Amino acid sequence: MDFSKLLSDPVGFIAKLLTDLLVGQLHFPAPLVNVILMIIGVVVVASFCLVFPLFLIWFERRVVARMQDRIGPNRVGWQGLLQTIADALKLLSKEDITPIGADKVAYNISPVLAVVAVISMWAVIPFAHNMVGTDINIGALYIVSVGSLGTLAIMMGGWASNNKYALLGAFRTVAQLVSYEVPMILSLLVPVILARSMGLNDIVRAQSSVWFIFSAPLAAFIFFATSVAEVGRTPFDLLEAESEIVAGFHIEYSGMKFAMFFVAEFMHAFTVGALTAILFLGGWQGPWAEQVPWLGVVYFMLKAFVGYFLVILLRATLPRIRIDHMLDLNWKFFTPVALGAVVCTMITDKLIPTGVSPWVRGGGLFLANLILGWLTFFLLSGAARKMRQEEEGAGEGHASHAEEIGHDAHAPAEAHAAPAH
Amino acid sequence: MTAMQIIFLITGAILLAASTMVVTARNLVHAALWLIASLFTVAILFALLEAGFLAAVQVVLYIGAIAILIIFAIMLTRRVMQDSGPQTNTQWWLGGLIALALFGALWFILPSVVYPLANASVPDNSLKTLGFALVDMNQYALPFEVASVLLLVALIGSIVVAGDRK
Repeated sequence: MDFSKLLSDPVGFIAKLLTDLLVGQLHFPAPLVNVILMIIGVVVVASFCLVFPLFLIWFERRVVARMQDRIGPNRVGWQGLLQTIADALKLLSKEDITPIGADKVAYNISPVLAVVAVISMWAVIPFAHNMVGTDINIGALYIVSVGSLGTLAIMMGGWASNNKYALLGAFRTVAQLVSYEVPMILSLLVPVILARSMGLNDIVRAQSSVWFIFSAPLAAFIFFATSVAEVGRTPFDLLEAESEIVAGFHIEYSGMKFAMFFVAEFMHAFTVGALTAILFLGGWQGPWAEQVPWLGVVYFMLKAFVGYFLVILLRATLPRIRIDHMLDLNWKFFTPVALGAVVCTMITDKLIPTGVSPWVRGGGLFLANLILGWLTFFLLSGAARKMRQEEEGAGEGHASHAEEIGHDAHAPAEAHAAPAH
Repeated sequence: MTAMQIIFLITGAILLAASTMVVTARNLVHAALWLIASLFTVAILFALLEAGFLAAVQVVLYIGAIAILIIFAIMLTRRVMQDSGPQTNTQWWLGGLIALALFGALWFILPSVVYPLANASVPDNSLKTLGFALVDMNQYALPFEVASVLLLVALIGSIVVAGDRK
């Protein structure tokens, strides 16, 4: 037994140990052992996804509390670390209510599907260069396709609850999640183009010298922002806006079914951090990560938590965005800029001759992004200025109405104009 | 019978059952959900054929976009919860006839078809081959570009339809 392998290739080591034990000692047929190993892998990754939110919820509550000058949960266990477990136990003991007139099957499948969609994403996420569920060559596309199942879960839940607020939440979900998928996929294309592969491990390997956040800052920004919208978190929490539609799609859910939506949301938020880390922050890349995969896991987790911390920071500081602004932001800003970023990346990457140092290539791409960003800013501020002038002109034309209309008409214009200053 | 064949038979049975439910379900949303189930089983069939790319595209396009659009349209246009109209219209016999004719034709034709790829192995990097074929002038570059132009026209058309006229 070569225990140094436990450091260099832990998954392979354990797999070999179990195979030796099952085939050699207990005389299991080899294909069956393969299936058993796969099931063990699935159980390990899925359990990680179900248990990790216990920590994430505590982490988020403490961080948000800190940002809001409170203390947060600190009584149960060390620094309140066991608070979430107490909460989960409480939820377990709650009555499981199914509203009258609810569509039972869809109502019960929906929370399961929400969790499954998030867990499935982790099947392709590389923790280290040889610690990955399955390294398929379409990883990025797989992430997108599994993510769309989450949309379906929310819609099913909202519809099946037989509640108008839940249905309103489902409508908003479709408007938001489906439209934000467009710029998210477009910005996802940029690292795929740069890495020449859709496999997540290949994308991480392509960032061995230059991280893609440097060569594609615009795409990184758009991917992160639209992913936050995909999770449905503040400032994009229109699907469960408490002050408008009570709790949105999960209003009728109680007990563990509610907890499943909750777990799915927190794990999805962390997945956003993890995906940003993989696509733009170099994933498990770091000193000696190739030799000692466990170090890669540490680097990956640290980078993922940077992304997750940003998600929490947004949640704690930004107010909810209005629904028309939300759609405007997506279709008039994110989508065109993402399209521009894809075209700009393709052209720049082709123009830079092959064989130059990756830093030169990264610098060229960074410059192209900078120009595109400046152009966007220039166009936006020009449009905002024009809009403001029109509003002012209209205000002078109807002096008598200016007092009544003025406030309402100016409010959105000012909101649009704000970035111009 | 290999394990693969058993999985294929189970998936095929689920696919047939789900497809039947699509046309027999009384509730329109239920029909849409069954449609999603059958589309997902098709994705599983693709995955069984080692066409992972097609499987992922099937899920993201048909379930992520089209099925959700269908559900959305149903939700917005009908009395959502208690909608169960008649399942057939006056032309049901014509549709049934065509379906039967198609089934019969396939029944006769399929056994006599020679599948040139039946024994070929799946290429190692089918995704890369596919990508290169789509931009190769001698292969599928033209159809690919025509499809892209068509999508672009649809995109512009939708903007024109949705935009407010002044």
